[in-house]
Amino acid sequence: MLTLCRLMVACMALCLHALTATAQTTDTPIQLLLQEHAEVLKKSSRKTIGPAIDALANSGLEDAQLVLERWQTKELWVNKDSGLFVFAEKKDSKTLALFDVAGGVAIGEAPKKAFKQLKPNSGIRGLIGAALVQFQLNSPDAETRATALTAIERDAEVSHLLALRGAIDSETDATLKTRKQRLERLLTIRFGQDDAERIAAIQSFAGDLGVDVRAALNPLVATTTDAAKTAPEGAMPVDLPPADAYALLVAEDLAPALVSHDTIRETLVANIDGTQIAGVQLASLNTDAARLAAYNTLADQGAAQPAVTEADIAATLKQFQFFQTYTNAPIAVAIAAQDALDAIETSVALNQTADLALDAISLASIYFLAAIGLAITFGVMGVINMAHGEFIMMGAYTGYVVQLIVPDYTLSIIVAIPAAFIVTFAAGVAMERLVIRWLYHRPLETLLATFGVSIALQQLAKNIFGTQARPLTAPGWLDGSWIINDVVSISYIRIAIFVLALLFLGLFLFVMNRTRLGLEVRAVTQNPRMASSMGINPDRINMLTFGFGSGIAGIAGVAIGLYAKVTSEMGTDYIVQSFMTVVVGGVGNIWGTLLGATMVGSLQKGIEWLNPSNSLAAQTYMILFIIFFIQFRPRGIIALKGRAAEA
Amino acid sequence: MSDIALNPPRKPFAARYPAMLVFIGILALFTLVVSVLAEGFGIGVISTSFVKTLGKTLCLCMVALAMDLVWGYCGILSLGHMAFFGIGGYAIGMWLMYARTEIIVTSSLANAPLPPTPAEISDGIASQIFGVVGASEFPPIWAFAHSFPLQLAAVVLVPGLLALVFGWLAFRSRVTGVYLSILTQAMTLALALFLFQNDSGLRGNNGLSGLQNLPGLDHIPQSTISIVFFWASALALGLAFIICSWVISGKFGSVIRAIRDDEARVRFLGYSVEAYKLFIFTFTAIIAAIAGALYYPQAGIINPAEIAPIASIYLAVWVAIGGRGKLYGAVIGAAFVSLLSTWFTGGQAPDINLGLFTIQWVDWWTILLGISFVAVTIFAPRGIGGLFDLISERRSPNRHGAALGPDAGALREQEADQ
Repeated sequence: MLTLCRLMVACMALCLHALTATAQTTDTPIQLLLQEHAEVLKKSSRKTIGPAIDALANSGLEDAQLVLERWQTKELWVNKDSGLFVFAEKKDSKTLALFDVAGGVAIGEAPKKAFKQLKPNSGIRGLIGAALVQFQLNSPDAETRATALTAIERDAEVSHLLALRGAIDSETDATLKTRKQRLERLLTIRFGQDDAERIAAIQSFAGDLGVDVRAALNPLVATTTDAAKTAPEGAMPVDLPPADAYALLVAEDLAPALVSHDTIRETLVANIDGTQIAGVQLASLNTDAARLAAYNTLADQGAAQPAVTEADIAATLKQFQFFQTYTNAPIAVAIAAQDALDAIETSVALNQTADLALDAISLASIYFLAAIGLAITFGVMGVINMAHGEFIMMGAYTGYVVQLIVPDYTLSIIVAIPAAFIVTFAAGVAMERLVIRWLYHRPLETLLATFGVSIALQQLAKNIFGTQARPLTAPGWLDGSWIINDVVSISYIRIAIFVLALLFLGLFLFVMNRTRLGLEVRAVTQNPRMASSMGINPDRINMLTFGFGSGIAGIAGVAIGLYAKVTSEMGTDYIVQSFMTVVVGGVGNIWGTLLGATMVGSLQKGIEWLNPSNSLAAQTYMILFIIFFIQFRPRGIIALKGRAAEA
Repeated sequence: MSDIALNPPRKPFAARYPAMLVFIGILALFTLVVSVLAEGFGIGVISTSFVKTLGKTLCLCMVALAMDLVWGYCGILSLGHMAFFGIGGYAIGMWLMYARTEIIVTSSLANAPLPPTPAEISDGIASQIFGVVGASEFPPIWAFAHSFPLQLAAVVLVPGLLALVFGWLAFRSRVTGVYLSILTQAMTLALALFLFQNDSGLRGNNGLSGLQNLPGLDHIPQSTISIVFFWASALALGLAFIICSWVISGKFGSVIRAIRDDEARVRFLGYSVEAYKLFIFTFTAIIAAIAGALYYPQAGIINPAEIAPIASIYLAVWVAIGGRGKLYGAVIGAAFVSLLSTWFTGGQAPDINLGLFTIQWVDWWTILLGISFVAVTIFAPRGIGGLFDLISERRSPNRHGAALGPDAGALREQEADQ
């Protein structure tokens, strides 16, 4: 019975086999090509497979790409009897669904055991992938071409260069064409066959700011330092500090190693003989000189390697010449790369300066925003408000609370700005009525009383909102940066803050110079008694001015909160800088404040640039600089003259 | 009028400033009572930690004294004296930390087969101290840390020189009033920011720690050490009070008060205002530094946050609440506010239940302090010390209502008599 069953199955398999054999065309060009390389393909060895892949890739056949892809995903099978290649997918553990290698048409099913799967190892799959790139680069789908380019940019290989060159002329998309050309030159630098074309490619990049260019060029100029009794032709001699030079010799086994303190100690410890070493009492070995002497005695006895003396080092160094050679490129290419890098360096430096200037301007606008309210209360009214930073904090928290209520970020910012103004305006008016009014003409006491308010407000915020930082999220359209090139970029939030600072400058100038309030404020500032005899109520004006200055601080708080975290202590981060800005600029003049902010901002950025690892140090040096600056212009950049200066 | 009336014979200064004798008496009595009650040599009613708190408070009183001299008497609202206090602490802390680590390192190296070389000891100490900031070599500012006398000199010299240079720069360019306050605050901020860096050479924001363990005195219990430090603080405070009252009670004191009241007039009278101010600024910086050098061994740890501008602001708060322009006022203010602050923030103060809301003093104390500070500034510029004035005003002749506060005050009648 069992035998019969087997016979039946065998018959069916034969029938099926006959069926597939008839359905599969054997003389398609792709099948013929595969047959031609059948031996190599079946052997599947990384070393010998090359010609087969090249033949497929360069055959110009439409089906070649499909074959390569299926081969790479291990879907290429070969019939054990006929030797014909097919695509196959496993239907179940014993059956395969077959497809023709020409066009991938389904041609039925067959038992699995009649076929052998080609299993390319990872090395071969890599080769296939590289060959496929050519097809992807020429793909009719622009997105596929772009993906292929990105893949090459990320991880280029020698083979990509030829594929890329073949794909430039046929490119129709202008952007992609530029990208391809650029990439081709980059790959030429890395993989070009002869020096002339590499140098030409290198020179074509002179002044280019791209990070990719520098990444391609930097390995070329890598050097190794070497030592030999006589330097080879064309090597560049270098001067090394003696210690480094000797270390190099030691590393190359050209000189005996220096005996370190540790070695001396270990050797001495190893040779302890009761209470003495080589005749020297242990207790006397508490200086390096004594230890060295004992060690030398040991060395003389042959118990240790002799220590290298300074004289030995000098003598050894004299025998050798030290030189550098380019490691990764022929010298002509390396020199061209060096020149190109130098040119790029200059260009990068220029652009970095521009970037730094942008950074400085954006920091300056932040300081300006923080200081403008202070310029009103301190500059115009002569009132020191140490709680100014807390008004900034209050504005930022107002923004945070508004965002809790209004979930849409754009709308919430639009609501938050006037809300912050109203809240801090009210707080400012309240403070003026309750505290500052009693202390006019007693500036030191104003300073102290507002300190008290500042301490209390800070703790109040801590009690209400907790100590952890609260987010104030910018709307989506403010995310990201305006990227000018690989070096110069500025985030949209900073641009927005800059614009806001300009707006406030305009607002301030308008209010002070074009409105009745501004006129009255100026009058009260200059001469309160005269102003009040003209029918101006100085009390009311002081209250409004103080409220106005505080309100602007609140709006600045929203702006600052957008890019920094909102904490109860954020005010203290800005208060000293704000005062510096006002004092450096000159009290009582908005243009002075602007100049002061620009100076403080650029100074801080400039110092940070000199010492990028350490922004704390930058702030320290900036404050020191300002202390010295005040020496030379005690009344600020723009000093008031005449009677107003003494008021 | 006779010559005698114009130039009466000068009384001894203790008689010119009787408050000093009273203060010294009270301080001595207080020291005696605390010594008797403390664990070290007395009956042990007061815990060692409270003795330390009292000792630290005396140091704070001393720096408040300095603040009062520079602000209450000379009118310079310095927001940098806590920085000098901190520098003093750092200077002594460097020696304490070095010497103690040296003992530890030496004893651990003593077990090594070879006696250690100086370089090995120094490397061992450096890697112990600077391991936390990832360094293992001594920065140059530690060059004198091995020597107690040199670091003691640094306690006085470093803040003194800093104050001298800063003051010279500030006073010669006639930076006065609020500008000077802001400038001193900037100096303090710069110093704090500098110390916050890990590569400042003073262990960044870790600060110096373990200062309460005096090198070589491990066998002496902390209860004894604390009472000895308490005595030292009391002695220093007493001496500082005597010196300060001597400074303010003579003609020099009259000049600096005159500078406070109207700088321009004093200058026109031919006095070198800058020199007087510079002297007071530097002198008080040194007092502050000595107070710091006594404070931090009792506190045990110093870090840059102690130097931050807010600390100096609190110092001004203490003096203002205690009463400016009276040496004992500053001491009372510092003791009162800092002890009260310890009581409130230590969680010992009872919470106040308002039904819906419970006031927890740990959170609300600072607010209370801020508000009371504002209230004192506006309503009682003479502070707690002003209460004593109420008593003396009862007995003194009528001044026709002229205020004698720090700002509006002119030469006092008693001073005119002298």
